[in-house]
Amino acid sequence: MSKQYQFKLVLLGESAVGKSSLVLRFVKDQFDDYRESTIGAAFLTQTVNLDDGSTVKFEIWDTAGQERYKSLAPMYYRNANCAVVVYDITQPSSLEKARTWIRELQRQADPSIVITLCGNKSDLAARRQVTQEEAQKYAEEEGLMWGETSAKTGEGVADIFTTLAKKLPQTAPPPSSRGARGTRGGAPASGGRAGVDLNKSGNVIGTGPDGCNC
Amino acid sequence: MDEEYDVIVLGTGLTECILSGLLSVEGKKVLHMDRNDYYGGDSASLNLTQLYRKFRPNQDPPAELGRDRDYAVDLVPKFIIASGELTKILVHTDVTRYLEFKQIAGSFVYRDGKISKVPSTEMEALKSPLMGLFEKRRAKNFFQFLQNWRDDDPATHQGIDLDKDSMKTVYEKFGLEPGTQDFVGHAMALHLDDDYITKSARPTYDRIILYTSSMARYGKSPYIYPLYGLGELPQSFARLSAIYGGTYMLDKPVDEIVTDSNGMFVGVRSGDETVKAKQVVGDPSYFGAGKATPDGGKMRVVEEGKVVRAICILKHPIPGTEDSDSVQIIIPQNQVKRRNDIYIAMVSSTHNVCSKDVYIAIVSTIVETDKPELEIRPGLDLLGPIYDKFVSVSPLYTPTADGRADNIFITRSYDATSHFETVVEDVHEVWKRVVGKDLVLKKREVEVEQ
Repeated sequence: MSKQYQFKLVLLGESAVGKSSLVLRFVKDQFDDYRESTIGAAFLTQTVNLDDGSTVKFEIWDTAGQERYKSLAPMYYRNANCAVVVYDITQPSSLEKARTWIRELQRQADPSIVITLCGNKSDLAARRQVTQEEAQKYAEEEGLMWGETSAKTGEGVADIFTTLAKKLPQTAPPPSSRGARGTRGGAPASGGRAGVDLNKSGNVIGTGPDGCNC
Repeated sequence: MDEEYDVIVLGTGLTECILSGLLSVEGKKVLHMDRNDYYGGDSASLNLTQLYRKFRPNQDPPAELGRDRDYAVDLVPKFIIASGELTKILVHTDVTRYLEFKQIAGSFVYRDGKISKVPSTEMEALKSPLMGLFEKRRAKNFFQFLQNWRDDDPATHQGIDLDKDSMKTVYEKFGLEPGTQDFVGHAMALHLDDDYITKSARPTYDRIILYTSSMARYGKSPYIYPLYGLGELPQSFARLSAIYGGTYMLDKPVDEIVTDSNGMFVGVRSGDETVKAKQVVGDPSYFGAGKATPDGGKMRVVEEGKVVRAICILKHPIPGTEDSDSVQIIIPQNQVKRRNDIYIAMVSSTHNVCSKDVYIAIVSTIVETDKPELEIRPGLDLLGPIYDKFVSVSPLYTPTADGRADNIFITRSYDATSHFETVVEDVHEVWKRVVGKDLVLKKREVEVEQ
């Protein structure tokens, strides 16, 4: 049986660098020039098929705008297996902001988290202010993956996520490790011990030690 | 901050975050601010650094407690009662997808110097050391009476009218001893004092049924608890709000509630910026709670009592609880000659709130004297050696007005009850005043994004 993995992916980066657009391109292969800043989904999912037959399902968390006034909740980073930290190649300040987010991840997230630094808006190369060399050098120093994308044209988007999908199964902790969130984090979704599912009404009757099944 | 909002919400405690989430889903434009740089207000869970900063500003956390990030220490000791109203809101809003829950492993009651498991069924009552042989039979009849009760079937009433008869009458009918009444009224109906005995039996009946149905749901105790601490609850509702367009600002000082010449709410001032909105909702600390001179010359909140809470770090499970990784222990007031019960709530690394082999117990009660710390002694004495202890006395505030006259809606402080049912009641009441109609909860169809 081919392996199936599931990972939580969080997006970070300054407002308006194209985080949501990048996900929209990856998940729905769409782009909207005048996209409003938040999206109304709890999170999106997308599955990547790898050459060896295994599949990697990403559960992608958007910041929902909570990054704007430094108000991202610790819950956001909790059990994230990977992060895509986005900057805008035409805005040097956005790379500075990306560095801040990466430091925040190193402080808050699980030490095993895999981080990709992503320079978006590569279609605007004529207005480039951040060189590839500069970003790549920083990524190497910090041990991050790096790539450039254009959510508008789609260039590089699949590569970013596919590269992550290939790397994650090698680095992710085993599924039952402490902290992996039940069916959410880590590899093959399996029933951990003793969690309770509030949505399952099946739990309701007759599970107690003296439960009466009348 | 130059936009105008429908509602500004102040403070990110659970009450405010549920309201903020539901208001955003309803289509209101919400700005949510908190003076702290963390979520949760008085219902936050703190890491070690935050905990020591709050209680011991001049001391660093001891290194032997382990990693800062492994800790999420609750400020209020509450659990979620499995079949209660908070569970309904969690399911209805689908924030359960951000949360994971585990059971609380046991529910205990103190009697004559010892602690015992709270029996919740006839079967357990028959095995319980809390009662002698004859009392067990009487208790069995009492539980059967409650479980068989049908409002529309007088044959099940045995001559009792739950609405008219007092609980005293019901106890007397079944001949229950005072000690049994103690655990029924306090450890199952979760009354904080004995005032209920002379009142109508109906609310007590409802509370016992809530307890037993919650108990039957997952088995070990009536309570569930979110991994990583109670602070996850407000965070999950804040995310819900943000997803529906809510704007979040933490670490934002709130300097003034701005009103017009008629006293109507206009906006909130932070530094030299003022944000306008139609309505404001917030916890009492933003409306002059604890200040000598009331906000804007107007007394908006009043103190209606105090709770003393001692957060205790232990290196062992609580003795006599079968080494449970999490428990509630209730000390009924009669047992220690008090008016109000003493509660102990304990969680541990099983719930991802502390390092391995550390246990966090909170002992609390309603303050009755001018020496609150002495009042919780009977609870502290049950814990065994205490590694470290943080004691606080929190006034409980309630608003002086319902807010409809000036569009200023104030929530209540977190009370001494052991679960969130009164928080949800407050959410319903504030919602009704803010929106002008009842909050109706239905299970939402989950939108699956693939």
